[in-house]
Formats: sequence, structure tokens, C-alpha cells
Amino acid sequence: MAETTYLEAIRQGIAEEMERDPRVFLLGEDIGALGGPFRVTEGLLDRFGPTRVIDTPVSELAIVGAAAGAAHMGLRPVCEMQFIDFIACAYDMITNYVATARYRGGLSTPLVIRGPSGGYVRGGPFHSQNPEAAFLHTPGLKLVCPATARDAKGLIKSAIRDDDPVLYFEHKYLYRRVKEDLPADPEILVPLGSARVARAGHHLTVVTWSAMVWKALEAAERLDREDGLSVEVLDLRSLVPLDDAAIVASLQRTNRVLIAHEDTRTGGMAGEIAARINELAFEWLDAPVRRVCAHDVPLPYAPPLEDYILPQAEDLVAACRWLANY
Amino acid sequence: MPSSRSTAGPQPLPTDLSATDLLALYYYMRLTRVLEERLVALHRQGKVVGGLFRSLGQEADAVGSAYALEPGDMLSPLIRNLGSMLVQGATPLEVFRQYMAKAESPTAGRELNIHFSDLERGFLGQVSSLGTMVPVMAGITLYFKLTDQPRVGLVYVGDGAMSTGAFHEGLNFAAVQRVPLVVVCENNGYAYSTPTRMQTAAARLVDKAAGYGLPGVRADGNDVVATYEVTREAVTRARAGGGPTLIELVTYRRKGHAEHDDQRYLPAGELEAWEQNDPIARYRDRLIGAGWAGVEDLGREDARVETEVDGALARCIDEPFPAIGTALSGVFADPPAAEPEWYRALPGAPSDRRAGEPPHG
Repeated sequence: MAETTYLEAIRQGIAEEMERDPRVFLLGEDIGALGGPFRVTEGLLDRFGPTRVIDTPVSELAIVGAAAGAAHMGLRPVCEMQFIDFIACAYDMITNYVATARYRGGLSTPLVIRGPSGGYVRGGPFHSQNPEAAFLHTPGLKLVCPATARDAKGLIKSAIRDDDPVLYFEHKYLYRRVKEDLPADPEILVPLGSARVARAGHHLTVVTWSAMVWKALEAAERLDREDGLSVEVLDLRSLVPLDDAAIVASLQRTNRVLIAHEDTRTGGMAGEIAARINELAFEWLDAPVRRVCAHDVPLPYAPPLEDYILPQAEDLVAACRWLANY
Repeated sequence: MPSSRSTAGPQPLPTDLSATDLLALYYYMRLTRVLEERLVALHRQGKVVGGLFRSLGQEADAVGSAYALEPGDMLSPLIRNLGSMLVQGATPLEVFRQYMAKAESPTAGRELNIHFSDLERGFLGQVSSLGTMVPVMAGITLYFKLTDQPRVGLVYVGDGAMSTGAFHEGLNFAAVQRVPLVVVCENNGYAYSTPTRMQTAAARLVDKAAGYGLPGVRADGNDVVATYEVTREAVTRARAGGGPTLIELVTYRRKGHAEHDDQRYLPAGELEAWEQNDPIARYRDRLIGAGWAGVEDLGREDARVETEVDGALARCIDEPFPAIGTALSGVFADPPAAEPEWYRALPGAPSDRRAGEPPHG
């Protein structure tokens, strides 16, 4: 069986949902004839036609706003942000309008906003961001960030079927670097809000998601080889809803936790997870919760600078050793 | 009182409006005004728990434009378009309950004033960020277009909202997609305290239409028949696939931004001049002068308005606020996995949760 890349998995997931549900349609910049800058939507215009794959003006706010209106009426729009950095242009629409619509007015707004996020690709300050924390703080939004091809497919399908707005952060570094055999049958659906143990271990836990899962697996392999440490890697997959139970269960096995994310540190997701561990399972800790995150600067372009600012496997190895020796 | 005109019999009715329609326009304008007057009294008594936003002097533009829609069409108002929602079937009872944050209000006490929706009756409540509803209504009308339904959308903006990015992106999107959306700019002279000349360097707001490749029309917003006529033409064009129109209705905001605003920024004499151009008084004179309605007809409508408004208020004034237990639900369609307030529950003494813990490596 041919291997499916992370990118192809997203495309397959979208196409399957468009096939299954005529209410699903796509909105975005350059997603039709071009298929998007990374070709995530390649071929979908030919297959589904211009009423299901709509090229829009350069207007992120209008893309999300129009999707919200269509979603109120029962359609299931999937919006592409050409790079996820530009989701900031739609921030008002997403946080003030979309996220609040159900609570304040009973308006159903089933839409997906997806786009390439993340660094390690020399993209500079505006093509490398991980903006999940900016939306974490707004009740009413679900946030997902797949690390594997299987989850990329299973989560985009679940996101499209969900009755609430879902922000789907796909990692551009993983697009063509991650691949696996994906059987066409049975159908792949990954529930929102469910974490996955990417590697079992008993000395300490690395809680992470998206591309950082692969850095954590690399670090775990090295720690096993060089230190004899057994590191568990918990891939959250969804940030909202957050699988508190999986985090606590892993902590109860290992009693030491490192939270690693590619986003900057201050106000990042790691702080929220650390607070929840404190509230839910403080007595189970044998060491302080540690964080490995990007330093608090806009992401620079030059390779040595980007590599320094973003967390690397060595940073995780060092933090894990500190935790194990605490 | 009889003039040479009335002895010659009534003038022909304007456009496609019947005598019943003409009375309905009067009724909705009066309903808007009386309802707001009652709200002012309630605000002073502290029964309106938030701000109160009047549309005094602007009743014609909201009512006349909304009256141009057909059943199945959808509009999204701004804060001074209460009249448009009444035309679409929103009730005084709902409005009172909203302002007083009653449990039985359309939003169960979650949202303010006229921020409420009923997609069946054809109105989508606004949010407070200005211009936001233009892209959303572009999406509603995109749905009409994608599903081949001959339905039209209408969205209101003000002279202030037209300065926002959301307005620009939404109108441009609507124009490019050629969706059946009519955009009504209610130019009432002020956004809070800022006059229109400080919002835009354009000579007229309607001139912006050309930049979007759209037809633009301007009308007297205090003439209810004129607002109906220009909107009706735009609605008909939209329904026939002709795409959006930008309409500028020129009117004047005779009260402050909200009840607390003392309008200290107004030039002397401006308000008094506009008081002489009251849309309801003008329309009343025209109905009688043209022989389209008699004094008794209008008296009947006035009485009907008073009865309906008083009845609605009596019904809800003593209703309770929502119970606090309702505040946590409904953020998502699915209930949360854990009770949302779990983190406030304090455990007792330091727990021995690790007692009996299996030994680990």
C-alpha cells in the first residue's frame, strides 16, 4: 500500500467529507486553480466545481465572516488561511462573532478554519507562527493540532462534522516529511478532545502536540539509549477540549512532567496545562512541572537564529535529564 | 382643513404600495418610537440594566428599507434599526425582555438590547464590533446563491461602520461573489461624537460604491416612502441576480449615542433644525395631505401601538432574571466533559491521594 503524507491525508479527509456531505464547501485564497501554496486543496476544484471550492479576495475576516453566515444557514464551510499567521486578520470575527454565537444567540456555527502553521522552515516572522494560545483564551472555539498523517485525516473529518467552530492547525514542516499507510477502510475518524500515547514510558512524561511530538520522540529515543530513561510521550492532538484525564493518568504513571510546545512561552498552552496539573494532581508530582517553549521573541529568519529560538530535541533531552535527576 | 388637493380626491398611491402598506409603515414607525419612549422610562427607573440606544428621528429609514423585503428574506440591523426588526416580526415583548435581561428574553439574559436573532422570521442580531455583520450577511446571501434560492439579504451600517475593515472586506466579497445583498448605510451624522466628515474624506458616503464596482443610490432617510422605494429597487435587482447595491440614507441622530450621552459636541442649532424634519410628523402630514389616510385611521394605529406596547410591558415587567445555573451551558453544542466550575471546588486537607500508589521505576 502506498504511503500517505500528512498533507495528502488532510486533502483526503476534506474530499471524503465533501463527497459524503453536500453541505461542505471550501473558501480561501488561491485554493482553486492553484490548489493553495502547499497544494492541500489541489484537484478539488476540478472534482467539486466552483460552487464548492471558492477562491476569495485577500480578506481573511470576510472569509471567516462569510463562512459564519453560511454555517448559520446549515452549510459546513472549511476556510483556508493561506498561512495561519494571517488568522490574526480575522481575530475579531473569530473571537467576538464566531466563538460567541451559540452562547449568546443559540446560533449554530459549524465551520472549520485551517491553515499551515509552525516553524523550522525558514519562514521568518509571518510564515512560522503557532497562534493557538491566542484562541485558547476564547470560550467557544475548539483547537486541534495533528502530528501524524492518520490524525491529520481523522481530525479534519471530525472537525468538519463537529457542530461548533474548530480551528485546525496543520504543521507545514510535517506536510511531506510525515507519512504512513492509511487504509481506505475502515474510515478514519479521530474524536476531538482525545490525547494519544505516542510512546509509552514510566520515568517521565513529555506532554506535547504537533511537530514537537516528533522532537519528543527523538529525545525519548536518545534518552533511552544514552541514559536508560523510559520517557512517555503524550500527543494531546486537541487543545480544546483538553484531555485532562490522559494528562493526569500519564502523570500518575511517571510523576514527572515536561510540557513542550513550539509557541512562545509567556501565556502559552504550557502554563495552562501546568496549572491544571497543579489543581488536579499536585500530590502525584515528584518534581516541578517544567516547560520547553520558544523564547519570547518574534521568530527570526536566519537559520542559526531560528534554530536557537525554537525548541530542539537537545532542549528536550536536557530538560528530561533535569527532571529525572530532581 | 380641506385643501384644494383633497377636494380633488386622493393622489395616486406611490410605487407599488397599497393603502394598507402605507398604514403599516406608519404603524411600524410609531411602534418604534413608543416602544423606545417606554424604554426611556424603564431606564430611568433602573429596570433597563444596561445602556439604551435610541433611534429617535431615524425611524423612517429602518422601517422603509426593511419593508422592501419579502417573506424569506433576511436582514441584520445596527443599533438604531429596531424598526427594521419590528417589520420582520420581532415583538415589543421580546425587546422589553431583552433590555431588562429577563429569563424569558430571546437570549435568556445573555445579550443586550436588540442583539437577538430569529433566522425563521428573518433577522440576524448584530454584535457590537461595527461592520462585522457585512461579511456575515455576505455569507448568508452566499448561501442563498449557492442553493439557488430567490432570497435577499439586507445589512445596515452607519457612517462609522463604513470606516471599518470588516465593512470593506465584506462589501468587496459580496460584490465579487455577486451575492443578493443590499447594504444600507444609515448616515445619521455622528458615530458617537465623531461627525461624518471625520470618518471619511469622500464627499458622499455613497460615492464609495463605485470603488466596489457597485451601483450606489442616495435618498432622504427621513422620507419613509423614499427609503422604501430605493431599497425596493435594490432588492429587486439583487433577487434577479444583479448583485449588491450600496444605499445611503441621509438622516440625523437626535439623541446621543446612548442615553448617558449629553451631546455636548453638537453645533448650536443643528439639533433644533432636524427636529423640524421629524420623519413621523412628515409622513403623517403627507398621508393626510395626499388623502391616503384619514386622521381617524392614524388614530386607530396610534391606539393599537399604545395597547400593544403597554400589554407587552405589563406582561414581562415583573418577570425574573435568569437563574445563575443557566450561565454555564451552551458554549458548545456538546456538554463539557467536566463541570465547568470544577476548579473552584476546594478540596479539604492535603489529600493522601497517593496512598496505596504502586511502586514505580
